[in-house]
Amino acid sequence: MAEIEGIYTIWLREMKRFFRYRSRIVTSIVTPLLWLIIFGTGLGAAVRFGGVPGGYKAFIYPGIIGQTVLFTSIFSGVSVIIDRQYGFLKEILVAPISRESMVVGKALGISTASMIQAAILLALSFIVGITMSPQCFIVSMVIALIISMGLGGLGLVIAAFTDSMEGFNLIMSFIVLPIFLLSGALFPITGLPAWLQGAVYINPLTYAVDALRFTILRESVLPLGVNMVVITIFAVVTVLIAAFLFNRKEQNIM
Amino acid sequence: MDYIIETEDIRKRYDDFLAVKGVNLKVPEESIYGVLGPNGAGKTTLISMLCTILRPTGGRGTVNGYDIVKDARKVRESIGIVFQSRALDDILTGREHLEMHAALYGVPRDIRDKRIEEVLDLIALGDKADEYVKTYSGGMKRRLEIGRGLIHHPRVLFLDEPTLGLDPQTRESIWRYIEKLNREEDVTVLLTTHYMEEADKLCDEVAIMSHGEIIKADSPGNLKRELGADTITVRVDRAPDFYELLQRQDYVKEAYLMDDEVKILVERGENLVPEIVNLAARNSYYVRAVELEHPTLEDVFIKYTGRGITEA
Ligand SMILES: Nc1ncnc2c1ncn2[C@@H]1O[C@H](COP(=O)(O)OP(=O)(O)OP(=O)(O)O)[C@@H](O)[C@H]1O
Ligand SMILES: [Mg+2]
Repeated sequence: MAEIEGIYTIWLREMKRFFRYRSRIVTSIVTPLLWLIIFGTGLGAAVRFGGVPGGYKAFIYPGIIGQTVLFTSIFSGVSVIIDRQYGFLKEILVAPISRESMVVGKALGISTASMIQAAILLALSFIVGITMSPQCFIVSMVIALIISMGLGGLGLVIAAFTDSMEGFNLIMSFIVLPIFLLSGALFPITGLPAWLQGAVYINPLTYAVDALRFTILRESVLPLGVNMVVITIFAVVTVLIAAFLFNRKEQNIM
Repeated sequence: MDYIIETEDIRKRYDDFLAVKGVNLKVPEESIYGVLGPNGAGKTTLISMLCTILRPTGGRGTVNGYDIVKDARKVRESIGIVFQSRALDDILTGREHLEMHAALYGVPRDIRDKRIEEVLDLIALGDKADEYVKTYSGGMKRRLEIGRGLIHHPRVLFLDEPTLGLDPQTRESIWRYIEKLNREEDVTVLLTTHYMEEADKLCDEVAIMSHGEIIKADSPGNLKRELGADTITVRVDRAPDFYELLQRQDYVKEAYLMDDEVKILVERGENLVPEIVNLAARNSYYVRAVELEHPTLEDVFIKYTGRGITEA
């Protein structure tokens, strides 16, 4: 009971932070729209893209949802570094609830935020000429939930190892961008050179994007079931590792 | 249980630096206990171990009867902490901080609002309680942190440099508040400080810490008394004669004559003032003024550490 209350409390704070940083919500919606409208239209006009009915713009639509979830999740996870720097993390870490609950509360908060953004983007599907059925909406939300838990967990794992915000740019260049670019969000993942293929397939976001693409466009490389299993394992593993790290690592926080 | 906090040879090593070297601490229940030491003495490290944030490298410790390593969770339930550095979230309000804390520490829902109102009353945030913490002054932030540490009625309150950087007025009001808590809520307070005055005025017992060791622990009064010498200055007519007379009293360690003043060094000066006045009266001297000066805790500190607290 105390643990549930703890999870809820941490989740609630995450929500408050999410809704109070208005500018972040705005950019998190505007950025994907720019990708879809400008990049999607621009590149869509330049290349002949026969794969999907709606053309290139429709093809990258699930990828851009994946991107939004990726950015929000990783950065919310990594925001623990900011909490550490501003000292608030101490308040949470000395509370009499388990580190597992702290991590789960945080991860749930992260996925709620990601799902709100995903829901907004799903509601805007008409922009790329796709009609959204309720069933498709629900399955997409489930995928967003699972992958955002996993990516949020990954952000927490990174945060456990990073002491200052100096690492922030490194995280952006060496983790977030590669995950995005190697996920098949912007290009089909079949027929790639072997080295690229390998990198794409070890990337967890690939499976989420593929699952979204199947759900939204009825088109995918792997079966939905396989994709779901992979991202679920990814989510469970990263959350467990994050909980383990926050338990084990002595937090030098005074 | 006589001692609510006890440590046995507790140690903490950072890489190859021993920050706390075998400390034995005994904090009596319901006291205000001060750990006094200069920057880098290891105060924060010691407190962090007691709060279960750092694991001791060696030795052991108990808080409220619970082992700080094995029963960390129980320890955390029994304590409140105010960290040396800020631990607030700018984008939450003061009230939200208190609500969040109450929830994390399992304060039952039905009494939560009452507790929060009590604490808000106590820390006098007034109508700022519902504004974002980023709009608070340093003193308000500190008061909020102290109030937060109390919401769950802890048995022990750890305060790491509670009044660092506050103006004298705010400092005084925080002292009053800590005393009140200690008296009315039966909270044991362990605080660290490098303000002599704070240790002196507030603490029932003071441990002097330097270079990771506790050199001496006692009540401020005893510590100062041990230095022995209170100074009593008597302004009197016929000072040279009175000086002669005083020199013959066996409680006087040393005596000096300066113009119309006689200065004597004695132990427990407060008991001797009436004695001296009576002595003067019996021998028909006219006493104009008597002044008693105790040694300061600063003197004590210098004696035990060989340096002033502000010189690192
Ligand atoms: N994480 C750390 N790694 C290495 N050394 C550390 C670490 N934290 C503290 N120290 C060292 O341990 C010693 C004690 O530090 P501590 O913070 O406990 O002192 P303090 O008495 O609280 O000082 P202050 O009055 O400045 O707060 C210092 O010499 C400090 O440099
Ligand atoms: Mg300190």
